[in-house]
Amino acid sequence: MPFPEEPRNTAEGAGAPAVELRRIDKRFGAVHANRDVSLAVAPGTIHGIVGENGAGKTTLMNVLYGFYRADRGEIRVAGRAVAIGGSQDAIAAGIGMVHQHFMLVDTFTVAENVILGVEGGALLASGTERARRELARLAREYALEVPPDALAGDLPVGLQQRVEILKALYRGAGVLILDEPTGALTPPEAGHLFRILRRLGAQGKTVILITHKLREIMAVTDRVSVMRQGRMVAHRDTAGTTIPELAELMVGRRVLLRVEKGPARPGRELLAVERLSVHDPRGAPRVRDVSFTVRAGEIVGIAGVAGNGQSELLEALAGLRPVSGGRILLAGEPVGSGRPGLRRRGLAHVPEDRRRMGLVMPFEARESAILGYHDDSRYRRAGLLDWAAVSRDTAGKMSAFDVRPAEPRRITAAFSGGNQQKLVLAREIERDPLVLLVGQPTRGVDVGAIEFIHRRLVAMRAAGKAILLVSAELDEIMGLSDRILVMYGGSIAGELPAGRATEQALGLLMAGAGTRRAARGAR
Amino acid sequence: MSAVATGPAAGLPRWAVLALLPGLNLLAAFAVSGLVVVLIGENPWQVVRILVWGAFGFEEAIGYTLFYATNFIFTGLAVAVAFHCGLFNIGGEGQAYVGGLGVALVCLHLDFLPFALIVPAAVAGAALFGAAWAFVPAWLQARRGSHIVITTIMFNFIAASVMVYLLVNVMARPGSMEPETRGFAPHAYLPPMHEALGAVGIEIAASPLNLSFPWALLCAAGVWLFLWHTRAGYRLRAAGASPAAALYGGISPPRQVLVAMLVSGALAGFMSLNELMGVQHRLVLEFTAGYGFAGIAVALMGRGHPAGVVLASVLFGALYQGGAELAFEVPRITRDMVVVIQGLVILFAGALEFMFVPALRAALLRRVGG
Repeated sequence: MPFPEEPRNTAEGAGAPAVELRRIDKRFGAVHANRDVSLAVAPGTIHGIVGENGAGKTTLMNVLYGFYRADRGEIRVAGRAVAIGGSQDAIAAGIGMVHQHFMLVDTFTVAENVILGVEGGALLASGTERARRELARLAREYALEVPPDALAGDLPVGLQQRVEILKALYRGAGVLILDEPTGALTPPEAGHLFRILRRLGAQGKTVILITHKLREIMAVTDRVSVMRQGRMVAHRDTAGTTIPELAELMVGRRVLLRVEKGPARPGRELLAVERLSVHDPRGAPRVRDVSFTVRAGEIVGIAGVAGNGQSELLEALAGLRPVSGGRILLAGEPVGSGRPGLRRRGLAHVPEDRRRMGLVMPFEARESAILGYHDDSRYRRAGLLDWAAVSRDTAGKMSAFDVRPAEPRRITAAFSGGNQQKLVLAREIERDPLVLLVGQPTRGVDVGAIEFIHRRLVAMRAAGKAILLVSAELDEIMGLSDRILVMYGGSIAGELPAGRATEQALGLLMAGAGTRRAARGAR
Repeated sequence: MSAVATGPAAGLPRWAVLALLPGLNLLAAFAVSGLVVVLIGENPWQVVRILVWGAFGFEEAIGYTLFYATNFIFTGLAVAVAFHCGLFNIGGEGQAYVGGLGVALVCLHLDFLPFALIVPAAVAGAALFGAAWAFVPAWLQARRGSHIVITTIMFNFIAASVMVYLLVNVMARPGSMEPETRGFAPHAYLPPMHEALGAVGIEIAASPLNLSFPWALLCAAGVWLFLWHTRAGYRLRAAGASPAAALYGGISPPRQVLVAMLVSGALAGFMSLNELMGVQHRLVLEFTAGYGFAGIAVALMGRGHPAGVVLASVLFGALYQGGAELAFEVPRITRDMVVVIQGLVILFAGALEFMFVPALRAALLRRVGG
């Protein structure tokens, strides 16, 4: 087992690691999630843990936080062995966790959320008062300003996350675990979070950061540990490693991080959107007066912070949401309000949320693989579904898209995220559509599969298809797109050709700078 | 199907989930029932012996067991079909009751038809009236979002009241105080199995088991074919498993709610064929006797699969028939004991379905995983 350093210093006191996991082993049934994993985190440092989905990083942290009990192994906090049987034990040992999905009561104020579970007495007043003083102090010390009387549900995502951090600190956490903390943040918000983390480190707090974004690791951590298939495969000083090295350690082979693609050769307009507006069922405008085109042989990317209308735009184009104004032309022909027939006219759609929408999780893979095409005559014999034909067809798609395991009768939910996504892409791409709408093609997908998916999208572009790409990953948008549109508040805040798009320029547009609405809001 | 299950029983081999788990749940229910018997002061082994003998010990008993099972198959299938569309149809009782109205109307007013026509007409009547009674809650769910559990429960009460009104005021036999219609014409009786089989030379003991039983088995096969081998069944299951994914796939979930509930109501309505045309030969008050509700337990126990529903129905039928023998043989045990056992089966097979999963996982996987 290649640990660079076997932890030697186990005496109590200053030299001991803030957190030490020794030879942790955890199985879930046939899945060996953690195999003999050891990790030592020095106090006052920011320690990154990277690995593909299913590499075991979240399991490891859940063992540390007491959600799971390890089958074998030892946990030491500040040099002392501790038994962690539940999150209460972890909190008592000074470990706090900020989950990927926030655990806040939306209808409570920030202060009420912070004292939840540690109210300190039967009456709330004294606890709230103490929380208020403590919040003010924490805000000064760590640049964690949050209005204490605002309702948690009213806060933007970045601030909700700060409340989660405050909750952990209020409980006296000396070690803070953050699980994929930047998933829902804008680049400026992520930047602020990193400043907070550095400040926490400088004040002697220890931070464990779980992420799959290697650039974040390079930007903020002191040390990084890499997990692969349940094992700890390497520990590195961040200063002494590179993104390609980490990616290779994660996947176990060389990975192409840059998408190779030839120059764009745009052809005729296959998708045209003219002054499109979409309202949600409550009547609130989500997409305002949006116009753009996507031509054959071109990838157009839509960037934006989640919730600025990209999802609604994509669903409206796919016929899943009623359009309240404007029109959509598919290969020059206007699209009516009716949804059926769009697939037959050459429109394929990879939805943003494959678990909820793209696939039917309890179905067999072959059943999911015909969703939307289940009325096709090739899947029918004597009036009944021809499962033999469906199986053959699915097996073909699975081998073309390297879906593993290639078992058409395996339950969809039993595939990893990357393989589920490849199944969706196989279903939508193998039909040879004219226009492909793709939402978050690589969300929650591991590095190896990302490379594969990107290559397929570029291949479709080369084959003269029109691709509209919505993604929260700026790297992905910048790497794949020929033109980039930025959405803010339901409108298109700007358009940049891929050559001129920098992260700064996109970040400004995503934050609403440069639009009239932002200017009005600032006044 | 894949070898490993997902959901709460994730990681267990499929055979364990399909066979071992229900078996364990059933054993647990019987064990607790045994304790109740001990508390009453009887010998549980003796009780089990009488129960099994009473249900399967002689030909006539088997006939009765399968007769009761027939009712459970229809109502169990009804619940199972709705369940695959993500709907909890609690209204099987009312749908079966109103289905009986359809049967009675055909048998009383179309009795000029010959046997070969009146039976299909009655089957259609049961389906039509049962489906119609399910349609209103289904429509309210599909178009207005009124929760189907609430509305189907309410429709059970409405059905009960409407039927009392009709039987007392409209359909009662002239000159009678009994809340029941006049008897059906003999050619509107469903022949019992001992007569039907006797006609082709197979002799079995006389029992109320009638042609509804093979029809129930056909319906079970039909439901299986419908759910897993037709596009309509695919759409229904897709909408039940994930409405968002169904919508994405061009399937309208509200329409599937209507389809599922119409099929469900029709199946529940068929229960009245067995009771009214098979045995009662007239429409009587409350002939559904809770079979509609028991169908929920049957469907849960049978894990929503038609084959499972048939097996669970035979189990429940055996409890009914064996329980009747038991009450007769052991005076200190009343028929309420059957209700207790039934309740415990529902508790362990339904509510506590996954109670043994952790233990089973530990036992099986430690061995396999080494």
